[in-house]
Amino acid sequence: MSFAVKSLLLVATLGLAACNNPDRYGAGGAGGAGGIGGAGGIDTTGLGDPNNPASIAYFNQRVGDRVLFAVDQSTLTPEGRQVLAGQAQWLMTNAGYAAIIEGHADEQGTREYNLALGERRAAAVQNFLISQGVTASRLRTISYGKERPLEVCSEEACYAKNRRAVTVLAAGAGV
Amino acid sequence: MRSVFRAILPVGVTLALAVGLALSTVAPVLAQNAPPRIVIGSGVIEPMPIAIAGFIDEGGAGDYAREISRVVQSDLEGTGLFRAIPEDAHISRVTSFDSTVAYEDWKAINAQVLVTGAVSVSGDRITVKFRAHDVFNGTTLEGAALQFAGTTQGWRRMAHKVADVVYSKITGEGGYFDSRVVFVSESGPKNERLKRLAVMDYDGANVQYLTDSASIVLAPRFSPTGDRILYTSYESGFPRITLMDVGSLDRRSLDEQPGTMTFAPRFSPDGGTVVFSLARGGNTDIYALNLSSGGLSQLTNAPSIETAPSFSPDGSQIVFESDRTGTPQIYVMPASGGEGQRISGGQGRYGTPVWSPRGDLIAFTKQNAGRFHIGVMRTDGSEERLLTASFLDEGPTWAPNGRVLMFTRETSGAGGQASLWSVDITGRNLKQIPTEGPASDPAWSPLLP
Repeated sequence: MSFAVKSLLLVATLGLAACNNPDRYGAGGAGGAGGIGGAGGIDTTGLGDPNNPASIAYFNQRVGDRVLFAVDQSTLTPEGRQVLAGQAQWLMTNAGYAAIIEGHADEQGTREYNLALGERRAAAVQNFLISQGVTASRLRTISYGKERPLEVCSEEACYAKNRRAVTVLAAGAGV
Repeated sequence: MRSVFRAILPVGVTLALAVGLALSTVAPVLAQNAPPRIVIGSGVIEPMPIAIAGFIDEGGAGDYAREISRVVQSDLEGTGLFRAIPEDAHISRVTSFDSTVAYEDWKAINAQVLVTGAVSVSGDRITVKFRAHDVFNGTTLEGAALQFAGTTQGWRRMAHKVADVVYSKITGEGGYFDSRVVFVSESGPKNERLKRLAVMDYDGANVQYLTDSASIVLAPRFSPTGDRILYTSYESGFPRITLMDVGSLDRRSLDEQPGTMTFAPRFSPDGGTVVFSLARGGNTDIYALNLSSGGLSQLTNAPSIETAPSFSPDGSQIVFESDRTGTPQIYVMPASGGEGQRISGGQGRYGTPVWSPRGDLIAFTKQNAGRFHIGVMRTDGSEERLLTASFLDEGPTWAPNGRVLMFTRETSGAGGQASLWSVDITGRNLKQIPTEGPASDPAWSPLLP
């Protein structure tokens, strides 16, 4: 993994954002659709020990929960395919998890186009995972367009990290 | 999750239009001058000097009289087409609405147009009457002697209506001041922005919030009658088009097909159909939903991204954005769907096309050489004109008269923030719309009834 992954011990998901979403355990997700204005319960889940291959922490940090894309592209890079092959392997080994794949774009584009582009990126990941043997019903996609950048600078160094698709694990065998 | 917000939109503001108030006697016309006239789009314009006499309190008006004159002046000066002569430079004082106007005094300060008015308030009822005078001909401008009556809650609307009449008489264009703008109010850091829907007068006044910020909301659009709003909401956890009734704030998702996401909605000119983008399996196409029958039809069918549809005002065509050639460009297709014909031809990427309510122009966002622009082109793609340039300008919306655009401008970097700006179709009068905090995705309502 060439990029740092936040070592979150807990992921708090606001009840509102999770009302239709399964509980989300990802470290590099969109931060949820929730916010200060939300209400409801907070679900707390341990991510586990990254040395335990069956843990979420292991998936996020060792397998790698994300792939990056070139400008305007949704084509998987060779590095991306390698990460996704590892994700597929992990998902097939750990049948108790489903995943939501979040597609994102950098800020260089209109809101509408970036929503469509993020969906295209998420679908590229979904299709690859299915081609590797992951059951389609365990995967779902969402696009955040340019709404949830990971890095906030307005330079290519940040844009490159924002053009991403993140596989966020969720409880249950289907989404 | 029911919103905690109450419907506090002005309800039932009745504006009685009494045309043809008895005109006071005017001095006989000695020499006929051309009436005061501004033609928009005809090169550089020196703002026309006008005088707005303080509106007279005809009973109980209190601060309303002064505030209404102030809003009329702000509306007209805000166009960049008029310059109000300061009140302390006025020679004459208008002390009674129906007394004879001393035109020579207004000529002496070179006022081309004089606006006089009077306000009376009884209980929660307010009556505003006004005249716009052609100073050099010593006459009232035809059709510019009117009376509006309604509740005091709607006092700003009456001021906007006065200004709309004056603007229309002098420019020959429709007015746009008595209108609302729905937009996204933003807060929080760039990587975790909180967004909520809000609506305001076109000039930033009277802000009301329509949702809380629990879910991401994007790109609201008014219905052709201004009573409903379409927007994209993540309330369900996934982006879905939501339809809100502005009066009751009741809302519902329009589409619940699992495994899809829907966004970029717009009403048809008759308000009966919604066109939008539906993304499924990595492909985004344009669909139309009949709101009464629930019938869904697919308008585009291509492996590329087709999004940002906008109807022509006669409802016969749809302009949209597609990246089928590799970069986003603008296309026009029949309202029944089809491949469409590309109309954008210049360098760069084009998006968010919006058909002018007058039918003559298409406004768009253009991205080229690291900059964003708001521009307009004719409906065949000719005569492209870029009106703005910045790090990020996007999402133009037309004023009801098709002569002014409002859009989002966002600054760069970690502290980058969005704000609302307007510009007229000649590229002049670029200005920021005052909002309480960061704001994006404006959409103009029609002119209010």
